[in-house]
Amino acid sequence: MDNNDNSSSISNSKVFEKKIVINPVTRIEGHAQIDILLNEDNSVKEALFKVTDFRGFEKFTEGRPYYEMPAITSRSCGICPVSHILASAKACDAIVGVTPPKTAVMLRRLMHMGQLIQSHALNFFHLSSPDLLFGFDSDPAKRNVFGLIEKHPDFAVQGVKLRRFGQEIIEKVAGKRVHSSEWVQPGGVKWPLTRERVEYLQGELPKASEITKNTLTMFKQIVNNFEDEVENFGNFPSYYMGLVNSDGGLEHYDGKLRIMDKDGNAVAECTDALKYQEYIGEAVEPYTFMKFPYFKKAGYTDGAYRVGPLARLNVASHCGTPLADEEIKEFKKLGKNGIVHSTFHYHYARLIETLFCIENAKKLLEDPEILSENVTSRAMVNNYEGVGIAEAPRGTLIHHYKVDTEGMITWNNMIIATEHNNIAYNKAITQVAKKYVKTQQLQEGMLNRVEAVIRAFDPCLSCATHAVGQMTLDIKLFDTKGTLLDRQSR
Amino acid sequence: MSEKSMITLKIDGIQVSVSEGTTILKAAKDNGILIPTLCDLEGLTPYGGCRLCLVEVTGSPKLFPACATPANLGMEVTTNSERLKNYRKMTIQMLMAERVHMCAVCVANDHCELQALANQLGVNHVEFERNFTREPIDSSHDFLVIDRNRCILCTRCVRVCDKIEGVHTLDLKKRSKDTEVIMDLDESWGNSCSCTGCRKCAKVCPVGAIYIEGESITQTKHRDVAEFITARRNSK
Repeated sequence: MDNNDNSSSISNSKVFEKKIVINPVTRIEGHAQIDILLNEDNSVKEALFKVTDFRGFEKFTEGRPYYEMPAITSRSCGICPVSHILASAKACDAIVGVTPPKTAVMLRRLMHMGQLIQSHALNFFHLSSPDLLFGFDSDPAKRNVFGLIEKHPDFAVQGVKLRRFGQEIIEKVAGKRVHSSEWVQPGGVKWPLTRERVEYLQGELPKASEITKNTLTMFKQIVNNFEDEVENFGNFPSYYMGLVNSDGGLEHYDGKLRIMDKDGNAVAECTDALKYQEYIGEAVEPYTFMKFPYFKKAGYTDGAYRVGPLARLNVASHCGTPLADEEIKEFKKLGKNGIVHSTFHYHYARLIETLFCIENAKKLLEDPEILSENVTSRAMVNNYEGVGIAEAPRGTLIHHYKVDTEGMITWNNMIIATEHNNIAYNKAITQVAKKYVKTQQLQEGMLNRVEAVIRAFDPCLSCATHAVGQMTLDIKLFDTKGTLLDRQSR
Repeated sequence: MSEKSMITLKIDGIQVSVSEGTTILKAAKDNGILIPTLCDLEGLTPYGGCRLCLVEVTGSPKLFPACATPANLGMEVTTNSERLKNYRKMTIQMLMAERVHMCAVCVANDHCELQALANQLGVNHVEFERNFTREPIDSSHDFLVIDRNRCILCTRCVRVCDKIEGVHTLDLKKRSKDTEVIMDLDESWGNSCSCTGCRKCAKVCPVGAIYIEGESITQTKHRDVAEFITARRNSK
């Protein structure tokens, strides 16, 4: 990837600024670079989150049958394929115009719980905990999952175990841990769950629950060491978006899409998935391949909203399971009107959600209807347009398809969780950079924090832009004329 | 059927006896030697199209398609020389390169004869530039779908439609790499007046080119198709 080429349009148009480039940002899913533009006096003017790759799923799926979409779109990501499968399956349900049987919905939900558990465990334990346990100024050679295994082996093992449990749910329900798209079909799922598998998962539940509870306790202790970060890590008001159920509780699979303002007022509720475009607009900027969705009523860029665990807990009034309900009450005390603005608390929200998912999985597994063999409603193409909305681990995921009379895709739009946060990324990194970047020389701690705020969001850029390639960190510092002043690679 | 006399030949150094008129492929199979093939299916007329079953016969510089060559008295056949292995690998690669074979998103994934053969022969990459065709999918039939991008032109569907179902809805048009399986006089499948919807074409398709909408490939191919076709053929 040629970083100079990539950033030339900006450096040429704004020649009075200096620029620091962090490229790529590490320990996230996918590829991005961060450009920090400095004023003449070396203070930070603005920071830009640039996503540099492109894959084009929306184009090459044209002409394919709608029922292949769960399999194809799930390939955009190896971390959250289940969320793509489910959003896609829901869009296909809408195209055939049937309601899947109750058990099929329960099984899809159960699979989704597994997805959320494994993805949240991956972010918290493997990607983010090195920052939290070693501190942002520590040696980057140690501040990674291997350093974690060396220094805190028990903690690392807990992370691996929790993630494995999430993966096992997916495997037992759908046959495969990754890309289990064969199981899901428009109108339901292909095969039911067996009693042996239910019993196996029930046996594994208590261990996973224990790990999550312990981790939450630990997080609440160490968060006190990061008061500065909590205050400055993308701590700004914005809109929040997420699914809620009919009671206004936490929801990941179905329900209405709620948008809430910074004061906790529900400013919009989208009950008909087909009408999501009445609420969400998509803007494009020339420097990045990732679009900028915004809340239409407030306009671009004032309509910046955030999605993901933090947003979901902000828009939901409660979780709906006993332990998670206790935790969300405590969580909501962190902000005015129950709205928490600090991006740092994505970590906290992620752990509460993990607890909810484990409790919810337990509830689903205890319901005798989970074993019913009626899992498919059959139908042909009845509608020529369908939208599926689900909450992926990283936030709201929208799949929108149009088909011809034979069910071949003629148009496809996917809005990925990571994209929704795009405006918020720039706001967050600008805030962090303003606080910590105060020199022309690159220092480990300051750049780490800029990077870490992005990591707190847990972006998945392979989803959002569908990128491929190597992951390294290349940081460049340019002077006002675009000459390279300093460079660090690792 | 009249009683045929037995002949003896050597396949891979093993002495075997088969009745006269038996193909080399069948003679080998009956004696536990599997020669790879994609177009051949017991019960259907031999076609010799995929060229995967080519074998060497001592005394001839030519290669022979085992599915269409009758075993002869005293023949010495080699089925698995290095030369043949290389040819087969290349053939698989050419089949893969000719159209679109993306296993990950194919209905026949894990139940595909082309995929299985590629694995068996150790084809782990395609040396040739892939020709990504963009043929429209014909989904106009109530439940049968044809994705010609996945077709390897083995003509099993054409033969089963003609010889077993006896309606000859399916046939070929054009030539070489542009060859296409068509319905009637190049109608869309939904408009075909001869198709009986018997599903045999989907059952014999070795890849994911013809399939039944809304049905998993395991359901479509849930029993031994060859046995079924042979039984039907013998009952005629």
